[in-house]
Amino acid sequence: MNALRGFIVKEIHHILRDRQTLMILLLLPLAQVILFGYALRTDVRGIRLVMVDPAPDPASLELRSRFTATGIFEVVAALPNTDALPGYFQRGAADQALVLEPDLGDGGSVMIITDATDPNTGSTMQAYATAVIRGYEHEIAGPGGGGIRIIPHARMRFNPTLESVNLFVPGLIALVLTVVSALMSAISLSREKERGTLEVLLVSPLRPWQIIVGKVVPYLVLGFANVLSVLAAAWLLFGVPFEGSVLLLLLESLLFIVTSLALGVLIAARTSSQRTAMMGALMGLMLPTTILSGMIFPIASMPAWLQLVTNIVPAKWFILISRGIMLKGVGLAHLWPETLILVGMTTLVLVAAVRSFDIRLS
Amino acid sequence: MRTLRFLLRKEFLQIRRDRAMLRLLIAMPIMQLLVLSSAATFQIRSASTYVVDDDRSSTSRGLVQRMEASGRFEVERASGSMKLANEALLAREVTAIVHIPADFERDLVRTGTAPIQLIFNAEDGAAAGMLRSYAASIISDYSAELEGELTRTTLDPRVRGDDGPSGDDGVSARSGQIRIQTSGWYNEGLSYTDFMVPGILVLLVTMIATAIGSMNIVREKEIGTLEQLNVTPITRGQFIASKLLPFWAIAMVDLGLGLLVGRLVFDIPIRGSLLLIFGAAAIYLLAALGIGLWISTVAQTQQQAMFLSFALNMVYLLMSGIFTPIQSMPDWAQWLAELSPVKHFIVIMRAVLVKGAGVMDIKIPLLVLTVYGVVVLAVAVKRYSKTTA
Repeated sequence: MNALRGFIVKEIHHILRDRQTLMILLLLPLAQVILFGYALRTDVRGIRLVMVDPAPDPASLELRSRFTATGIFEVVAALPNTDALPGYFQRGAADQALVLEPDLGDGGSVMIITDATDPNTGSTMQAYATAVIRGYEHEIAGPGGGGIRIIPHARMRFNPTLESVNLFVPGLIALVLTVVSALMSAISLSREKERGTLEVLLVSPLRPWQIIVGKVVPYLVLGFANVLSVLAAAWLLFGVPFEGSVLLLLLESLLFIVTSLALGVLIAARTSSQRTAMMGALMGLMLPTTILSGMIFPIASMPAWLQLVTNIVPAKWFILISRGIMLKGVGLAHLWPETLILVGMTTLVLVAAVRSFDIRLS
Repeated sequence: MRTLRFLLRKEFLQIRRDRAMLRLLIAMPIMQLLVLSSAATFQIRSASTYVVDDDRSSTSRGLVQRMEASGRFEVERASGSMKLANEALLAREVTAIVHIPADFERDLVRTGTAPIQLIFNAEDGAAAGMLRSYAASIISDYSAELEGELTRTTLDPRVRGDDGPSGDDGVSARSGQIRIQTSGWYNEGLSYTDFMVPGILVLLVTMIATAIGSMNIVREKEIGTLEQLNVTPITRGQFIASKLLPFWAIAMVDLGLGLLVGRLVFDIPIRGSLLLIFGAAAIYLLAALGIGLWISTVAQTQQQAMFLSFALNMVYLLMSGIFTPIQSMPDWAQWLAELSPVKHFIVIMRAVLVKGAGVMDIKIPLLVLTVYGVVVLAVAVKRYSKTTA
């Protein structure tokens, strides 16, 4: 036990001595959560619209001002016919076109052409444009015509205003923590390998699991400091609600950091050089975590086989937990299955890491 | 030239020797492309719905039926208790609750209007907003249908306006009806893979180029072999070229393989010229590798290099316009996105592959990338001085 303590102290010295790296480790996650928390929005704005209006008349001009009045659309060009339209789309100078027929006010027709290269933005833009035209139509039709109406009262539970920040921040925290923690532990272990100092550790009375624990513990503290700073930013800067218990959230974050650190150790144990270990941690974790964790793309939208695959992504479970606590205010009573899965994963990864940690030199 | 050849052979030997690295550079990107491309979708499948029908009339049953028939909602459970429904929503067993209050039918017949309550789990982002608008249109169609039944007008809501309004009598409050046709160009079927495969491919190739480029020189620095290289007659240009070219070649191979996989597995459109794509990619990859090299000259240790390239890759990844639209970002973030070469190359890929654009259509992003590449490489070569290692 004494040996382990000494080893941990040595590791802490290593971390503290390299001030430059320490600053990077402490500030990078915070900077990223702030940057992307502000930048990422799922709503669509600034739609560049081309009006194709062969015979402008009061009705078509009125419709045009309707579009600009929304603040979402911006008319970039008005053309007499559709000949030049493909060029606008190919140059990426326009997102949508409105092709009007003469005599609009008198039951004419409108064609909405959307650049659907990005299907999500495309269908959203289509829905916006349709809504503007329907609103205009409603107005020229005038009041009356009440008839039968069922009035839907829609309530968005857990995120009433559909604020993008509330959805992205828990995901960003998970993504940043996963990669930073895994990179940290992967590097610290593979560096000893590359420099040959691991040999010294191997002949010491330290057992493999002790070496791994010694490597992980100091970074656990660092990772927890990251959690505190990003959660503070989420709360102070973005006003993300903390409906549930903060203590529970902190404990779950701690658990998640251990999972990520263990992943890093596993990667380092299975690769020979720092370069490979880091590439493995970065390449193997960044994109899969972004796409498969449910941070951006709803898991329910994925094909069934992929929904199964998402289960092995630790960030998925952490996002479910943190959204649950932050937005829904639920406690362990609802979140125990996710927590248990994370605990199980961590144990599995740690055991695998100790196992594949070769005590003999090749 | 001969020196460069020897240097290149040394680099290739080093890469070949590290099997794990080769797997990371070639097999991993292709595998990720295969798996992740189908995952990156916002397509809304049917939402599991909890129905609380307090009215239990034929009208309320009709409404639920219409919602199910639309394919957007699937009634998972039904009971008379809002408490149970809320509990199910909280436990994520259902994503929507439809609550039809008692006297729904009676109110509708007597007063013409009646409320219903819809509750969505907005925890899962944009999906909730989409479901809301689907529900609204189903309900308004159903209202119109009921109206038709009750007032026995012949105006079918589905074909209304098709032949234009004939007169301005009372019932046709729908005079001035505008017929709307919609058309999604370049991607009629709104296929997500057509859009995602080229984007994810670019991201993967870029990540490889930046990360590997960033650890290149710093590695020699850390191991101490850079000093040995510095006392040789190798020039700065030769050295940088030898560090750049092998990974440039690997990234080009990755891009080619990725496009092949995209074509064969995901059937992505290739409407423009492939030559143009590879030409643009050649320039783009020089820029991406140059940025990596630049990091490599700034960082002291591989660890620092890795964290810097991680930070950069996060910007590449999240501000590329693939996952969230760039035009929706705040102004400063849009500028940041302009600074990222990834954004420009993705614009080129989309324009050429999906829209069939030619050189003249993409001249601006192409120019940006060229300038980018030249500047970044010049800075990287300048920063690497042989005297201070």
